[in-house]
Order: sequence, then C-alpha cells, then structure tokens
Amino acid sequence: MSDAKSRILSRLRAAPARPLPERPDWSPPSYGDGRKDKFRKMLEASHADVHEVTRADWPSLLRRILADKGVSAMLYAPGTATGKQLAADWAGAAAPRLLPYDRGIEEMKSVLVHDAEAAVTTARGGIAQTGALVLWPDADEPRLMSLLPPIHVVLVEEDTITDSLAATMAAQGWAGGMPTNAILVSGPSKTADIEQTLAYGVHGPKELIVLVIGRE
Amino acid sequence: MAAEAKKSDFGGKAHVALNDPKLRANFRRAMDGLMAKRAIQFADPDEWKSLRARGAANRARALARLPELLEQLDARCTANGIQVHWAETTEEANAIVLGILMKAGAKRVIKGKSMVTEEMHLNAHLEAHGITAVESDLGEYIIQLAGEAPSHIVMPCIHKNKGEIAELFAEKIEGQVYTENVDELTAAARKALRGCFADADAGISGVNFAIAETGTLVLIENEGNGRLSTTLPPLHIAVTGIEKVLEKLDDVAPLLSLLPRSATGQPITTYVNMISSPRKPGEKDGPQAVHLVLLDSGRSRVYGDTELGDTLRCIRCAACMNHCPVYTRVGGHTYTFTYPGPIGKILTPQIEGLDCAGDQPHASTLCRACADVCPVEIPIPDILVRLRTEAVRPSATAGVKGGGSGRSAAETLGWAGWKTMYASPLVYGLATWAMGLVGNLMPDSLPMLKQWTSVRTKPKFAAKSLHQLAREKGFSDE
Repeated sequence: MSDAKSRILSRLRAAPARPLPERPDWSPPSYGDGRKDKFRKMLEASHADVHEVTRADWPSLLRRILADKGVSAMLYAPGTATGKQLAADWAGAAAPRLLPYDRGIEEMKSVLVHDAEAAVTTARGGIAQTGALVLWPDADEPRLMSLLPPIHVVLVEEDTITDSLAATMAAQGWAGGMPTNAILVSGPSKTADIEQTLAYGVHGPKELIVLVIGRE
Repeated sequence: MAAEAKKSDFGGKAHVALNDPKLRANFRRAMDGLMAKRAIQFADPDEWKSLRARGAANRARALARLPELLEQLDARCTANGIQVHWAETTEEANAIVLGILMKAGAKRVIKGKSMVTEEMHLNAHLEAHGITAVESDLGEYIIQLAGEAPSHIVMPCIHKNKGEIAELFAEKIEGQVYTENVDELTAAARKALRGCFADADAGISGVNFAIAETGTLVLIENEGNGRLSTTLPPLHIAVTGIEKVLEKLDDVAPLLSLLPRSATGQPITTYVNMISSPRKPGEKDGPQAVHLVLLDSGRSRVYGDTELGDTLRCIRCAACMNHCPVYTRVGGHTYTFTYPGPIGKILTPQIEGLDCAGDQPHASTLCRACADVCPVEIPIPDILVRLRTEAVRPSATAGVKGGGSGRSAAETLGWAGWKTMYASPLVYGLATWAMGLVGNLMPDSLPMLKQWTSVRTKPKFAAKSLHQLAREKGFSDE
C-alpha cells in the first residue's frame, strides 16, 4: 500500500462512525403503453430526428434521409448484423459510400476525423424518461463511431426501450459486468456556455437520427 | 488547494463586483434562467421529495462507508486494468499526473472539464514542465484563452457575454473575425479544438461518480469533449476527490436524475459516459492506459467531523450558487478560490483554513435558499453557522484548520462587557443612562463601530431610557 493511501485511509478510519441510512423508497416513473411516445417526445425535445421503421425497410429509408442531407460517405460496422444488412441492401444502389471501421483508431483516425460524414450504430436499449439511447460499444462497433462523424444514426429496437435508467440497469443486469465503455446519448452534442444560448455540434455529432424498429 | 498563498478578500472584491453593472447583468440573466429551468424540472413536489431523499441517502451511505468503499474502488479498478494512484495533497496529485505524462512521453494534453484539476492548478504545473494542456469544454476554453479562472462550477464563463467572447476569439484564434453569432463562435471553437483532440498524447478528465461495486467512472456532459478526451488519445488520466465514490451502480440512477435537473434544468445531459477499463485486446479504439488519481487535499480532515463532513456529499450541481442572492450579485471570482457560492463558503474555509477564508461563512444572509434546492440535502446554513462558531470558539473534536483564528481580543472584551451589562440590572441601568448622555457624541469612525456604520447609519440614542420614561409615567419597576 502506498504511503499516501495508508495515511488517507487511516485518517478516514479515525473519524467518528456515521449512521448508515437505509435507502428510502423511490420509484422512477413508468409510462405503460405511452412508453414509446415518451421516448420519442423526449428525444425530439433534445433535437434528435426520430423515425419509426421496420426491420426490413430501414436501410432504404436511411438512404433517402442521407441523400436529402447530401451525405456522400458513411462509417459503418462491417462485423455486425446491422452492418451486414446495410451493406447488402445498399450494394449497387445510389447510396453514400460505406467506410468500414475495420482497423484500429491509429490507422482509422483520418477516416473518422476527415472522411466520414455520418456513422450508423446500434443501441442496446432506450430509456423513455429521459429520451436516452444506451450504447454499448465493442470490438465490432467501436466507441468513436458515435462521436466523431457529424451525423450519428442509431438503430434501436422498440422492445428494448424501458421506462427509466434504473429499469434498464436491472433488466440488462449492468451491475453484473460493465463493458469498457457504456454511454447514454440524448440528442446531438450541444453547449449553452455562451449566454445560455443553445448551439449544436460543438464537439460531437451535430445531428442525431434515431431509427426505432417497431415490434413485428 | 493552491500552491501560492492566497487569502480571501470577500468584502473588498464584493465591493468591486457590486459596482460592475455588466458583470451583475451577466449573472442576473444567467441565474434567472437557470432557476426557472430547474423549477420546471421539479414541478412535482412529491417526486422531488422522494427522489431527493434517495439521492441524499445514497451519498450519505457512501460517506458512512467511505474508507472501505475507496479500497473496494481501488481493487475493482485495478482488476479492470485501471491504474489507481492516491494523493494527499494537490502538489502530490500534480506530481503523479506529471509523472504519468512524462513516462508516456506526452507533450500535448487535451482536458475535459474538471473542477478538481482547477483546484490543483494542474494546467500551470504542466505548462511549467513543458506540457501543453488545452481545455476543451467550450466555457473552459474561453476562460483559458482569456487567462481567467472559472466563475461558476458548471458554466465557467458565465461572467462573460457574447460580445466579450467575440472580441476574445477575434484576438486569439487565428483567422477568426469578430462575430456575436453563437453558432459561429461555437463552430470556431470546434474547428480550433478538433486538431488538438487529434494530436493529443493524453486526455485528462474529472469524474462525477466513481462506483466501488464495478470500478466504473461516470462522467456527464453535453458537448462530447469529455468523451473525446477520454476516448481518442492513447492515454487517459481521470482525477477525482476521494468523496465522489458510490457504493453501487444502482445508486447512480437517482443521482443522475437529480444532478442535471438541478444544474441546468435538463432531464439528462446529452452524454453519460461510463468508463470501466482501458482498451481491451481486439477493441479498435479507446485509450490503452487509464489512470485514476484519488485526491484527498483536506477532505479526510473535513470527514473527521460528522456535521461538517456532510459538505462532502456535494455532487457539484451548482444549484446552491444559482439560487444564492449573494452569489448572483457578486459572481464567482469574488470568492477567490476554486469553489464559489454557498458550497464554496463551507468547503473553502475547511480546506484552506478559517485563517485564510474565514470571511466566507459570513458572506451569507442565512436565507436557506441553498438548503432548499440542494439535491443531496446538505445543511449548508447550519454548517455556515458552525464555521462562524469554529472561527472564534474551536471545538476540541472538529479540528477545523485555522479554528479560533477569528477570535479578537477587542471582540471578546466587547462581548464580555455585553454579558456583564445584561446580567446586572444596576450595570445595565448605568450603561443605558451613560449611552443616553454620550452615545450620540461617539464618532462613526470608532474601531468596531466603523464596520457597522460603513454600510449603515449609526442608531440614534434616546436621551432617556425606556426605564426612565416608564418611571416618569408612574410605572413601577415591580
């Protein structure tokens, strides 16, 4: 044990004992049948663009959305089911060029910083109370996909949307094992540091496009 | 906190701030906006009450078990591959951070917003050793360009209006023309900072909550600069005070529902960034090494007293300063040290010492607005009163740094005289009679009286006391 550590801990242990209060009852809100609407409303309130899609039609819808925005190159995760579906659907179509995130950041930095105008990732869940997307990046779908390109597209399944963060943590068993990095995203990057005036895209994506895959 | 000796001069600085109409307008506008936004978030008093009770209990539990939780946090982080360091003082913490950077050969550092590194004056320490540290939070970037310190713990450049920022950018950012358009100013900062992110050898961040159960560091933000600082460079150093620990991951949910709503009136921040390890084999990005520096800097001393120790529950939402009638009028720089407003008024004297910041607990009307809005139920006004007492009559157990330093012989004598006078009808009668005769002849500039009359009119003494008048009217003393 380092000297600093042992000295700090011994000072803390020398303090008088404090009562250990019980955690009083508290339950986060629940929305019943209105859950998806709440999720959508909250995300839209934080400036996200939300679309309800089907498992089959989202790649073509996304192609149209990105064409309207003039996006010419999009980063994607070639190893995921989502990435494979996208690549198959867009093959041969008039669509943005797909840039695979298939190497380490050391080699990909320039693609991420300069070339990718958008990126598509999946979400592991959604949270209605705050309109948040749960991102759980991994080796196939790295962390910076949702951060560096100016447009971030997220696919989330309606079935994975819960009422609250507490409900998501319980349902997905977070305490049992956290990934390298888990992220909640509610809207595009923003700041109000100058006179409390909202401005979007200060460091992360300027736009957040959410595709909600409905129950089938 | 500071390496250089600083002393609070609240009275002097407040006088200057109060006579600065631009500063007052900037704060008034900002605080009114923040208060209104928070009020909308907590419109349901029952929800506020139960949520707050849970949040306060989660923080109180963490403090009750602090030493064992810190050991658990250390063990869990280490098992996750995060390298944990302990620092007793800010000097030690600075040396640890510098050591990590030098070992990695890092020359350029990008920083996410962190009040603890402000407390350490880390940037100056790194600069002195040839390492460039660039602040990437927009507000922090602005004040770094201006060479200033934050005036608010959540919105560091709240004291500046867009005209001042426009001038600053035009002067300091190459190729930038003067514009007051907020979108254009924001875009200019994005452009200037993108290169810094891409080139940075290391990222430094603070921590909002450190979870002992899982060894997870939780960081919240709106801009994405915190995520960039902790993801893009090959090395990440997180610095936190030892009090930021929580027992369980579940404890974070109610606190995340309290913190952004209290701070800026947002239901949640744009990003909640939860970091549990460095890059694992096969992963394509994220830093290869993550370090956690646990800083004491006086906190274990604060912890030594159970009442004063409640100060450590703070989750740094800034609601207390947003609602403080004093802070709103004088701004953050009046408080001299890193943490302004009501939380600063109880934290700074305990960390720096009452001999150095003993005037701060007095810079309050005890209106209790801070206690009403505190999301973790810190009894700020009670602690303010306690610290006023500690400054003159230090308790044997608390050991507040500089306790007793506010005691003056003249004041002690004054109160002793007061006590004698009020304890004896004879002395009281003589004293009031004497005051009736000579009280109005006393000049305003007498020592001690001067402090009262500097902002008030000296009271006029009646020629006859109430007792005399009553007797003349035929009332009996019985």
